[in-house]
Amino acid sequence: MDKEKWKSIVSNRAFVVFNTLFMAAFVVITLYPVLNTLAIAFNDGTDALRGGIYLWPRKFTLKNFITVLHKESIVTGAYITVLRTVIGTLASLATNALLAFIVSRKRFLFRSQLSLFWVITMYVNGGLIPTFLLYKNLGLTNSFWVYVVPGMISAFNMLVLRTYMEGLPDALEESAQLDGAGYMTIFVKIISPLCKPVYATVALFVAVGHWNSWFDAMLYNRMSEQYTTLQYELMKLLSSVMSQTTSLESAKNSATSGAVTPNSIRAAATILTMLPIICLYPFLQRYFVTGLTIGGVKE
Amino acid sequence: MARKPKKQKSGTKITVKELKRQKFLLIWAGIFVVYGIVFYYLPLGGWIMAFQNYKPKDGFLHSQFVGLAKFQTLFSDNTFIRVIRNTLAMGVLNLVSTFVMAILFAILLNEIRSKWGKKIVQTISYLPHFLSWIIVTGILHDALSTSGIVNEVLLKLHIIDNSINFFAYPAYFWPIVAFANVWKETGWNAIVYLAAITAIDPSLYEAAAIDGAGRWGKIKYITLPGIRPTIMILLLMNIGNVLNAGFEVQYLLTNGLVQKVSQTIDIYVLNWGISQMDYSLGTAAGMFKSVVSIILIVAANTIAKKTGDERLF
Repeated sequence: MDKEKWKSIVSNRAFVVFNTLFMAAFVVITLYPVLNTLAIAFNDGTDALRGGIYLWPRKFTLKNFITVLHKESIVTGAYITVLRTVIGTLASLATNALLAFIVSRKRFLFRSQLSLFWVITMYVNGGLIPTFLLYKNLGLTNSFWVYVVPGMISAFNMLVLRTYMEGLPDALEESAQLDGAGYMTIFVKIISPLCKPVYATVALFVAVGHWNSWFDAMLYNRMSEQYTTLQYELMKLLSSVMSQTTSLESAKNSATSGAVTPNSIRAAATILTMLPIICLYPFLQRYFVTGLTIGGVKE
Repeated sequence: MARKPKKQKSGTKITVKELKRQKFLLIWAGIFVVYGIVFYYLPLGGWIMAFQNYKPKDGFLHSQFVGLAKFQTLFSDNTFIRVIRNTLAMGVLNLVSTFVMAILFAILLNEIRSKWGKKIVQTISYLPHFLSWIIVTGILHDALSTSGIVNEVLLKLHIIDNSINFFAYPAYFWPIVAFANVWKETGWNAIVYLAAITAIDPSLYEAAAIDGAGRWGKIKYITLPGIRPTIMILLLMNIGNVLNAGFEVQYLLTNGLVQKVSQTIDIYVLNWGISQMDYSLGTAAGMFKSVVSIILIVAANTIAKKTGDERLF
């Protein structure tokens, strides 16, 4: 008996030690690269080439950030990214919510057909080339609207919204109808105010997607510098750094004059790009947690 | 999570009165159907290019019909065969590693007794999910470069004598991609499992404790079986995505030295379809991918049905 008890205490201790080490390693591996980038962003570029910068800048400077903020392409990219995030999110939310509202009305005549029509799009798509040609023919290439219009409605977001709306009591709709309210009034004045949490969830998903996307900018607006996005500009900086690492010496030489290097500029741009999201996401946790748990339900 | 949406037949009959009453719904439903046809169904019609020698000046109607010739070209191209292998290998590797890590992380996080500790670790764990692949690959590139932190640690620990240029060796590429996916998505993917763990009846743990189960025992006999349905349905949802598992990371991290193992179907489509302007060959490759994905989903669903597990449809 005593031996058994002792064994269980040891095994319990072993578990706690293992778990603590695991979590500590997890946190370090997750945070270190981000903090290191932050330190490099605030460090003198030429000095950073010597290496040995970990969590704190050695030769503090704001020059990297100033250089980034004076780059016209980055400023344009930031402007377009903010614009597409705001317009794209609002458009997506409005259309997905209305679509979800329609398919969640029990009396709606083509309820299951409309649902199926959208669920199919989750599994089948034409692929890159036909889509590319379609956008080209619709005049969406070399335009801002390619960011907003094509991806506006997504079946996944619609399903998240629909599931939430189906959970609301039917009596709400019935009593409003007795008072003579039409479907538009019911959608705007009765259902939507109750859906605020799930609207926040979907808006968050869509906004993060807009903020982080770069491939559409590269594919459709490569020729139009005025529609470039922040992430795409960041990618260009990254590829310039990647090609330069092979000739570190040349990077050192070219850097001596300005004290900023491609690497330090990229670090600063990276920090600026992730800043809005890092500041916001910790406060929105409960929204994406609920969103993911209802999102698991699919038809 | 595992609960099914209620299937309700709308018993409403189509009458003039009802059509009038639902005018608002019907008009908008119509608009959404038109939108869906244009942006989701019309591109499917573009698959016809895979059977043509499509020339933009001739259009769909007047381009020469070539039957399966484009597919023959594809499958006699050694590069394409290699590309399929790469896509499958990385897809499976990513799927397995992200699944295992997310489940492990969720279970271990759930075992943390301190409420604050749990909250802080979890908040940190979400962070990488919100960063773009541009940022993640940039960070990874720094960490794995010859003067990066990984080489520095390995040198200090005397595991290696000289820095390794990880991006120069094909052998490292697949593991790097898998690691990138694990780093980015572990915390995020764990959310669903954590929710499933919370839903497990606490009295089961009490009963297990009375039977003398330690913490490992409880995980093995209560937690894991408890989240089994969640694991199954997520696995099912992701099997159809195996061929989708590779574009951004590979595209952003590749270089001439590792091209043989880094190219995926999507990159192949991009190279042939957009850069070389061979629309037909690009479409054929893309179509092959879509069709295989659908077969995978249906197959996974059928197997799940047979074994009595959760299924998608």
